[in-house]
Amino acid sequence: MKMILRYLRPMAGRMTGGLLIKLLGTFMDLAIPWILSYILDSVVPTKSRPLIWSWGGLMVICAILAMAGNVIANRFAAKVARDATERIRHDTFVKISTLSASQIDTLTIPSLISRLSSDSYNVHHMIGMMQRLGVRAPILLIGGITITLTMDRVLTLILLFILPLLGVVVWIVSSRGIPLYTKVQEAQDILVRKVQEFMGGVRVIKALSKTDYERSRYDEINREVVNRDFKAGVVMSITNSVMNLFLNCGLAAVILVGAYRVNAGVTQPGTLIAFLTYFTIILNAMMGITRLFTNLSRGMASANRIDEVLSLGPKLTIGEKNYKETDAHVSFENVSFSYNGISDDVSDISFELKAGETLGIIGPTGSGKTTVINLLMRFYDPGSGVIRIDGDDIRSLDSGELHGRFGVVFQNDFLFEDTIRTNIDFGRNRSDEDIRLAAETAQAAEFIEEYPDGYEHPLTVKGSNLSGGQKQRLLISRALAGKPDILILDDSSSALDYATDAALRRAIHEHYGGTTSIIIAQRVSSIMNADLILVLDGGRIIGKGTHEELMQSCQDYIDIANTQMEAQALGAEAKA
Amino acid sequence: MNRRGTSTAGIYTATMNQGARPPKRKLLKRLIKYLLSAKWLMLIALILNLLSTLLTLIGPGLSGAAIDAMAGGKGAVDFPTVFKYAGLMVAFYFLSAAIGYGVRLIMINVSRRVVYTLRRDLFNRLTALPVGFFDLHQTGDIISIISYDVDTINASLGSDLLQILTSIVTVLGSLVMMLRICPQLVIVFAVTVPLSFVFARYLTKVVRPLFQKRSILLGELNGYTEESIGGVKTTKAYNRESYMTGRYDDKNKAAADAYYTADYYGTINGPSINFINNLSLALISVFGSLLYLSGGISIGNISSFVLYSRRFSGPINEFANIFAELQSTFAAADRVFRLMDTLPETPDSKDAKELVSVRGDVEIKNVNFGYTPERQIIHDLSLNAPHGTVVAIVGPTGAGKTTIINLLMRFYDVNSGEIFIDGNEIRDVTRDSLRRAYTMVLQDTWLFHGTIFENIAYGKEGVTREQVEEVCKAAEIHNYIMSLPDGYDTLLSDNATNISKGQKQLLTIARAMLLSSHMLILDEATSNVDTRTERRIQSAMLRLMRDEDGPRTCFVIAHRLSTIRNADVILVMQNGEIVEQGRHDELISRGGEYAKLYRSQFETW
Repeated sequence: MKMILRYLRPMAGRMTGGLLIKLLGTFMDLAIPWILSYILDSVVPTKSRPLIWSWGGLMVICAILAMAGNVIANRFAAKVARDATERIRHDTFVKISTLSASQIDTLTIPSLISRLSSDSYNVHHMIGMMQRLGVRAPILLIGGITITLTMDRVLTLILLFILPLLGVVVWIVSSRGIPLYTKVQEAQDILVRKVQEFMGGVRVIKALSKTDYERSRYDEINREVVNRDFKAGVVMSITNSVMNLFLNCGLAAVILVGAYRVNAGVTQPGTLIAFLTYFTIILNAMMGITRLFTNLSRGMASANRIDEVLSLGPKLTIGEKNYKETDAHVSFENVSFSYNGISDDVSDISFELKAGETLGIIGPTGSGKTTVINLLMRFYDPGSGVIRIDGDDIRSLDSGELHGRFGVVFQNDFLFEDTIRTNIDFGRNRSDEDIRLAAETAQAAEFIEEYPDGYEHPLTVKGSNLSGGQKQRLLISRALAGKPDILILDDSSSALDYATDAALRRAIHEHYGGTTSIIIAQRVSSIMNADLILVLDGGRIIGKGTHEELMQSCQDYIDIANTQMEAQALGAEAKA
Repeated sequence: MNRRGTSTAGIYTATMNQGARPPKRKLLKRLIKYLLSAKWLMLIALILNLLSTLLTLIGPGLSGAAIDAMAGGKGAVDFPTVFKYAGLMVAFYFLSAAIGYGVRLIMINVSRRVVYTLRRDLFNRLTALPVGFFDLHQTGDIISIISYDVDTINASLGSDLLQILTSIVTVLGSLVMMLRICPQLVIVFAVTVPLSFVFARYLTKVVRPLFQKRSILLGELNGYTEESIGGVKTTKAYNRESYMTGRYDDKNKAAADAYYTADYYGTINGPSINFINNLSLALISVFGSLLYLSGGISIGNISSFVLYSRRFSGPINEFANIFAELQSTFAAADRVFRLMDTLPETPDSKDAKELVSVRGDVEIKNVNFGYTPERQIIHDLSLNAPHGTVVAIVGPTGAGKTTIINLLMRFYDVNSGEIFIDGNEIRDVTRDSLRRAYTMVLQDTWLFHGTIFENIAYGKEGVTREQVEEVCKAAEIHNYIMSLPDGYDTLLSDNATNISKGQKQLLTIARAMLLSSHMLILDEATSNVDTRTERRIQSAMLRLMRDEDGPRTCFVIAHRLSTIRNADVILVMQNGEIVEQGRHDELISRGGEYAKLYRSQFETW
């Protein structure tokens, strides 16, 4: 709730304006039955037809004002809802892009997506509703009571006696309803994840003929969602019936008490008629309030989920300046790190890399190659040890400044639905030459220029109209287009054939000679010309040196190389 | 032989139809069909609702009668009559509240069924769609159909329709009552009712397209959200947060504006109808008073008439609200049904056989194929692969090597030509049995939210823990799994941080090893595993390439030399087309594309 209020506060002026207009409109609504009773009780006895006509005319004017006021106010409300939601979504999106990697790991990507989509939708709905009904209903309620008070205090007491009872009912019911709706939302999350999973794995699922199985798993959660929704509905709809009953019994009570008062001559039958009309108005207002509460329950559950994201504190803070004189461009000093805080995923990693040099990292799956990159880019902070760039501890650098030095391609990196140029440029406003040079170097220019529309060729969702190798080459173009100080390729040429891979490395050397490169690869040929090669196993460095050195000293490296050299021998044979 | 003709429909229509909007009546009809699945419940709800409507209709009459009993004024109130009518009022309202709650319960039950069925049907259709569909549509967009659009339909449909039906009764009932009280006064409605209808018609015309637009833009926003949140790591790495946010903001603004525009016109509804009601009230007051003066009506009757007039115009008021809600329902239903109408894979032919105990003889005969009608990429391909043959598909990146796999697995149907398995044309057998005849390991690893055990056992029913451990040992992933705190019961959450891409791949290989089909498809499966592990996998794969009956038929997309050299047939692909076909030695000595490709592998810089 606090979160919503925070977003509504800047619009307080507009909301107040809308509220006042609404107030006016609603009072006009309330005036109409009062005029009716006035006509019946005071004008009719005068038998003056012109007077009846003019009071009737007043009613029509009130009706017009009521309409105008409500329409204008509703539009104000819609505008406020739009602006608030837009900002909430914006802030949530920004927040998500500043979350640390471990915070994202905990919340999970699908859950973040659903908070930003379905939850923000619910909140939008709620804010609009809150203003439309939330203002009108209470005003009708209070206004109705005020007017009835002026008409007949005793009869109004009946109303005032019933209202607190209703309040208690609404409160009890909705305090049970909100947790129920949170549960509905949780189940919906799982449903969404199921659909996502299916869409991601459709080829595998079809290949394994598991669609029936997937359907049955989906069916379970589908059932669960509607059942939870049903439970929440059963509770929430109690309010409606109970309210209806209370208010209608109130009507009967008004008639009974009214009868005594008419008999005693303190009230008129015409007043009673107006009273009944007000009762109906009040009844409807209360109904509106219950509907509001149902919506509120749902909306609040969603708002809380969004607030969970918004209120996350920054995980990685900028530390004090820590500089060490060194001629190394990138250095790791005894770095250890664990994702789960239990066992180290990398331990005691040390190396130094001078500007313009190339580092190759090779090692079995799970040996910590990607972790080294994650640490260098400060997605996570090391448990111990220091990582420096140009002598500065990276923890002392602003993350913008830090990331600005890198050009990176991750495993499974993402492309979006837009032109090739936009995907390479990635919003950095690079010149056409930069983009072309990057694409040529990445060996992408050739296939790009085959398209009739070249760099303006549109990619489909996730770049699905490209092959794996084409995607990798575009991603490398993106990394190069920024002319980075440090280029990081995390197994990002795996889908390229050897010839293209070799041409790529040659071109990088040629056009981006000053760039310090870190290349994670599976093929010895991809890294054998590196200035320094790290052989990782189980998170530790088991070999460090140039290709020639490692061929003398590191048995694992020799093994890997030999398997691939065998192929080289075959190649030589083929050439001969 | 007609069936053998061009069967391209499935491919080119594997996308949601974006054509003209279907007429509202048609949408409504389909929606009602869903409601009718619970027709008995609906009927009971309808009857109960009518009952409660009638009970409340009597209400104003009762209160009017009670007020008339007071008409004598001071000292002349007829108390027994007042008591009688007040007592009746309480009784009626009690009954009506109880029935009202009953109706609500039934209706949420109905809506539960409808939502469930809609979501089920949507997912069933989704699972039946050709794989090409998933390359073209964003997950976020589909999810927005399955979740919000269905929710939107749910929120209004059942209760709205019920309300419309009972409203008709209320309207008619009130009309009868008013006619009984004072026919002359009813003429007032000759002014106001047509006014409401004209107004409602105008609104639907304006508002419906706006709601439609709102749905579409929201879908786009959600699609973008998914795409960009999925790539958040890259965004951070490039410092592109503000750029991605800027793009998000554009879509966010468009969606929010569309929502606003729809609201801008949509919310005129309530106040305008309210105005028409108030107008009726004013007219009734004036004419009622005039009539009273000429002795045509009693005060009590004016009261009853006013109350009935509210009931009479109340539903018309409701109609307007329902109308607005229905606009968004129709927009949502339109999207839901578009997805539901997307053409599924061509169904198995009626006399399709189950493919059982496959030996693995594959024959491809004069196959032509293209993903789009303009561009044919496989021309007259013929290939005979008797069981045990290893077919290697090679070619530079992006040469279209997966196309062959798509055809073999019937993810796409050939344009012309035939593919036989053990002498059965693959369109004469069921897709399920055809696909089960293959074991497939794809380059894209796919794991779902579940334990490691569940993920590995996924492909085969009734797998024991021992079997799973066995294949994991063969895939060299057992030790790693055991090093995890929960071992095989470790939950792989949506982006399990501890599992690297290579490990994921090993898991999917282990999954494939459990299957015992006689044909194997490897799609660059090991390219992301380091060489050392790959060697182990390859020995396991070699074991996988044979089974107790001898060698399996294998289709391998690989860059790896050993596989290629040992292959019985090599298909060389370039620019999506097959350019050469033969054994390693033959192709090398031919000195064509393959030889060039082969030599280029060992160039370094």
